Amino acid sequence: MNCEWLVRLDGYVDGELSPEKRAQYEQHLRDCPSCASTALSRLQMKRGIRAAAAGRYRPSAELRFRVARMTSPRPRASFPWLPQFSLAVAALVLVMVAAALWLARSRPADFASELLDLHVSTLASANPVDVLSSDRHTVKPWFEGRLPFAFILPNLQEAPFRLIGGRLTYVQQAPGAQLLFGLGKHQISVFIFQQSVRQLRSSTETRELGFTIDTWTQDGLRYAAVGDTEPAQIRALRQLFQAAHSNKP
Amino acid sequence: MKLPSRSVALPEAEASPEPSVETGDAGSFEALAMPLFAPLYNFAHWLTQNREEAEDLVQEAYAKALKGFASFSPGTNFRAWMYRIVRNTFLSSRSGLRAAATVPLDEEGNEEAALLALSETPESLLLARADQEMIRVALEQLPLPFREIILLCDLEEMSYREIATSLQLPLGTVMSRLSRARAAMRELLQRELRRTSHEL
Repeated sequence: MNCEWLVRLDGYVDGELSPEKRAQYEQHLRDCPSCASTALSRLQMKRGIRAAAAGRYRPSAELRFRVARMTSPRPRASFPWLPQFSLAVAALVLVMVAAALWLARSRPADFASELLDLHVSTLASANPVDVLSSDRHTVKPWFEGRLPFAFILPNLQEAPFRLIGGRLTYVQQAPGAQLLFGLGKHQISVFIFQQSVRQLRSSTETRELGFTIDTWTQDGLRYAAVGDTEPAQIRALRQLFQAAHSNKP
Repeated sequence: MKLPSRSVALPEAEASPEPSVETGDAGSFEALAMPLFAPLYNFAHWLTQNREEAEDLVQEAYAKALKGFASFSPGTNFRAWMYRIVRNTFLSSRSGLRAAATVPLDEEGNEEAALLALSETPESLLLARADQEMIRVALEQLPLPFREIILLCDLEEMSYREIATSLQLPLGTVMSRLSRARAAMRELLQRELRRTSHEL
């Protein structure tokens, strides 16, 4: 049983022998039933381990999303000056937002409250959406002809969010789209309007009654995301929209 | 008895002595690293045996790899480099330190021991009955140094050289530890199989 050839069995099973050594080994296996049976069982074991361990644990979509965002070319790595720059930008934005807030006074707050009301009443409604589908290729065409503009719906495959559906809505007498997304048990509305709807120019994030309202502009449209999740998740949803826009063919 | 050197340093001092040129653009890192995401997560979870820790580990390892990517020399094995970062990150964590301390490894002067490990009873009959669940349980019970080397070899199908790079071990130690790890695995399975056959 204690055949000297057993020492090289691992190398044989793992394909680490040179072609000549391998041929010699196979010749030996033909001559030695004991080694042949052990080799067979080792090969089975190797295969069994692979089958038992492969894909045993799967990463969550959320982790993939986080890691993909970290490794995507946008992050700092190649911009060592970015920290100072972003600090300056942040300061500038702060000044601008303060000035705009001062100029616009209550207007953005009214706008935010209106969106918040719309969001809450949608959730309370028995039929929250006019078009119920998790398929963006169903939801987006539904709005065609109902709205005087077109928008881009991001691909959510790698993201933790799921599309629930959409509905027509009105803010300040202007028609817009309201898209409903799910994240765990939370729901987030994304509103899309033409820019003529009056409110702040720059992106803002406001909080009201535990809700986060994040607004931004892209492609000549006003967007606003409203939900009761962590503000970071609302921002992540916004980034998906912004990324979808910049990836547009 | 000499313990295998197990540096927990970052891979700055990796393989090639030539200074790496400015290769560290994030775009190529993403292209190289993201296809490894699911297998690396699986490996991390096998190491930590815990979802939350595995998630933190993978995220931290990717952050470190991204940061150290400029020091990665193209042409060397990126996959082994990534596994090495995951593993070193794990070993420097608290539960990693605990797991690594569970088994004394006497790997030098091991010729007889290695041969002993090779000579067991007719294993084919018994082991052929080990099912996937049993193999999983045995893998989970295996001490960390054995578990990781078996996963790299049998699951990831790395060459001995790649394993040596990932685990920062000499090639000879890779071979002797692998042989030992498999013997331990077979022993666990045989014990389990005997137990269940007694119960029948």
